[in-house]
Amino acid sequence: MGGGREVLGALSAPPALRICHLYPDLLNLYGDRGNIMVLVQRARWRGLPVTVTEVGLGEAVAPDAGDLFFIGGGEDRQQRIASDDLCRIKRAALEEAMRDGGVMLAVCGGYQLAGRYYRPAEGEDLQGLGLLDLWTEHPGPTTRRLIGNLVIEVEGMDDPLIGFENHGGRTHLGPGARPLGRVLTGFGNNGEDGWEGAVSRRVYGTYLHGPFLPKNPAFADRLIREALERRHPGVVLSPLPDAQAARARAVMLARLGQRAAG
Amino acid sequence: MLGTMRGGDLTGVRLGAAIVLGKMTATLSRRLQQGGGTTMPGRVARAVEPRLLPLLSRRLRYGSVIVAGTNGKTTTARLLAHIMREAGHHPVHNRAGANLAAGILSALLEDVDLRGRPAGDIGIFEVDEATVPRVLPHLAPRVAVFTNLFRDQLDRYGEIDTIAGLWRAAGEALPAGAVLVANGDDPLVYEAVRGLPGRLVAFGIEDERHALPAIEHTAEARYCYRCGTPYQYALTYFGHMGRYRCPTCGVGRPPLDVAAQDVALEGPEGAAFVLDAPGFGTVKVTTALPGLYNVYNVLAASAAAFVLGASVEQVRAAVASFAPAFGRAERIVAGGAELRVLLSKNPAGFNEVLRTVLSDGRRPVVLIAINDNIADGRDVSWLWDVDFEHLAGRADHVIVAGLRAEDMALRLRYAGIPDEAVDVQPGYEPALRSAVSRAAGRPVVVLPTYTAMLGIRDVLRRWGAVGRYWEH
Ligand SMILES: [Zn+2]
Repeated sequence: MGGGREVLGALSAPPALRICHLYPDLLNLYGDRGNIMVLVQRARWRGLPVTVTEVGLGEAVAPDAGDLFFIGGGEDRQQRIASDDLCRIKRAALEEAMRDGGVMLAVCGGYQLAGRYYRPAEGEDLQGLGLLDLWTEHPGPTTRRLIGNLVIEVEGMDDPLIGFENHGGRTHLGPGARPLGRVLTGFGNNGEDGWEGAVSRRVYGTYLHGPFLPKNPAFADRLIREALERRHPGVVLSPLPDAQAARARAVMLARLGQRAAG
Repeated sequence: MLGTMRGGDLTGVRLGAAIVLGKMTATLSRRLQQGGGTTMPGRVARAVEPRLLPLLSRRLRYGSVIVAGTNGKTTTARLLAHIMREAGHHPVHNRAGANLAAGILSALLEDVDLRGRPAGDIGIFEVDEATVPRVLPHLAPRVAVFTNLFRDQLDRYGEIDTIAGLWRAAGEALPAGAVLVANGDDPLVYEAVRGLPGRLVAFGIEDERHALPAIEHTAEARYCYRCGTPYQYALTYFGHMGRYRCPTCGVGRPPLDVAAQDVALEGPEGAAFVLDAPGFGTVKVTTALPGLYNVYNVLAASAAAFVLGASVEQVRAAVASFAPAFGRAERIVAGGAELRVLLSKNPAGFNEVLRTVLSDGRRPVVLIAINDNIADGRDVSWLWDVDFEHLAGRADHVIVAGLRAEDMALRLRYAGIPDEAVDVQPGYEPALRSAVSRAAGRPVVVLPTYTAMLGIRDVLRRWGAVGRYWEH
């Protein structure tokens, strides 16, 4: 029982994936729950125990409520409700969880709320969690929304991430966050600088909305591995048969004129 | 004086020219088989005379009815037209899907003679949710029917709060004598119409046996539109339809003017219920339209028919004799198998369709065809909000087709459907062949998005199983 690896090896039970889903019934605009389904299934297929803790409006969240926190997207009205609630009763715990090696995936509206603020087309600014050094501004109700298929190249990953984006807000990164990837097809953060998403520590934000993990299993596994590492350093995930995801990826990449790797 | 007269003449000349051009376009596009001439005539004629829609629609003796909503507007409008026809009227009716201003105008152009005199006496028009503000002021409808609001094609329509707001703003222009026929079980619809000019006739279901054990994740309206407090639901039927109340501002489901009681669902075969409409009468109705979602459509059409003067007996007889349209559970025989095609275009509708086709335990062969063309919505994220988990153990074969066949197969994999039960056949014809060949006496249910439905209909037409589509 010495270093991290041996600790895992000595365990009688496999490590558990503990997911904390924030606002499952408020921020669930684009099949966001698909991401949770993928994380859960991929752990189960490997025989790992999974827990999903749902935390809604008005409920406090413990820093240890999960190792992988997920926050989805909503319409402006829902985002405003979530913003108040996040800043009032959840921010401190989430900050602590992230300091402690927790992982967060924030998509679309959730991505905006993970930043410093969101300035909507109308009304007052929405305060964000500030977990990512970025801000988002909506240029006004008559400005074109950024909608369409989105493909990004992520450093350190063989295959690009594929999904769909639909957002009015334009996001700009501060020095404390680095982009998740470079846009190959689509708009990304603001449709101008060619960057998409943001990463800081293990907090990931992206405009790839809704269920983007099904078609991007390598990224799903990266999140699972990093979440398990919080309590089980050095954990290794067994591979899964992902031929169907590869076919769905290949069809979309071909349509968009991108070449599938491998 | 002279100027006015000349202006009047010009309007008349322009009106005549617009009608002639519109009619020529219809003939031409029918001859070229360009979509049966459902929208081009309107577009061409409107370019000549922009005020053609109000000019022609005002000539209808009994005015117009609009039917708007996310799900069921085609069925509701067709059923209402059928009831009114049986009641002795001559409805002018736009074709399924041709529900933008140009489609409505095309229907009117087809109905009028060269001098603009209509053969029909009442307009019954299904209207695209987002198009309501553009056509409502022109049509000045006598009756406006609002069926429901669900999340659908967010990339095209934007947020559903926006649609509710658009309806509300457009509704302010309704004539004072208009009647709003609205789904009282849908809090979003009720909030959109509450307090608008005109009398409200609310319809809904009153049968606790069909309540779901818990609110579904596809529910849209969990939080009061006014104050943001979570609604309290005494019960839900599906999605966010049910008996709701906001504990803070007290707004809740309105008293129902037209209610379905004692609802008996007979799987894909249809439904029967007691139609209770205080002030109009009470009658038992049977319909070939299946599922709880179609009970709402029958309620909407019946309520509008009552308002327009139909009797309960006329409504009962017409509902009983109404045959579903293609893509709305019409029974089709092809390749020796019995097929039902049920348009499935958003999570709430898809879940209801799945519940309906799986409820009779006949283990159907299921063909799911998903496209992401503009008319379907380019974003297929919504597939992950549909409970395909219900298919596990209830269907032995699932065939997936369409542009997004591979994505659909991936969704089924995560829903726990074994890979060997899934046949990926992107083309409609191979997919239909696969489904029919596996039927072995079981029903085949085909669940397509909108453009996939058109593709499937073309194949079935080539097979001689259905007629040409402008005949519908
Ligand atoms: Zn309220």
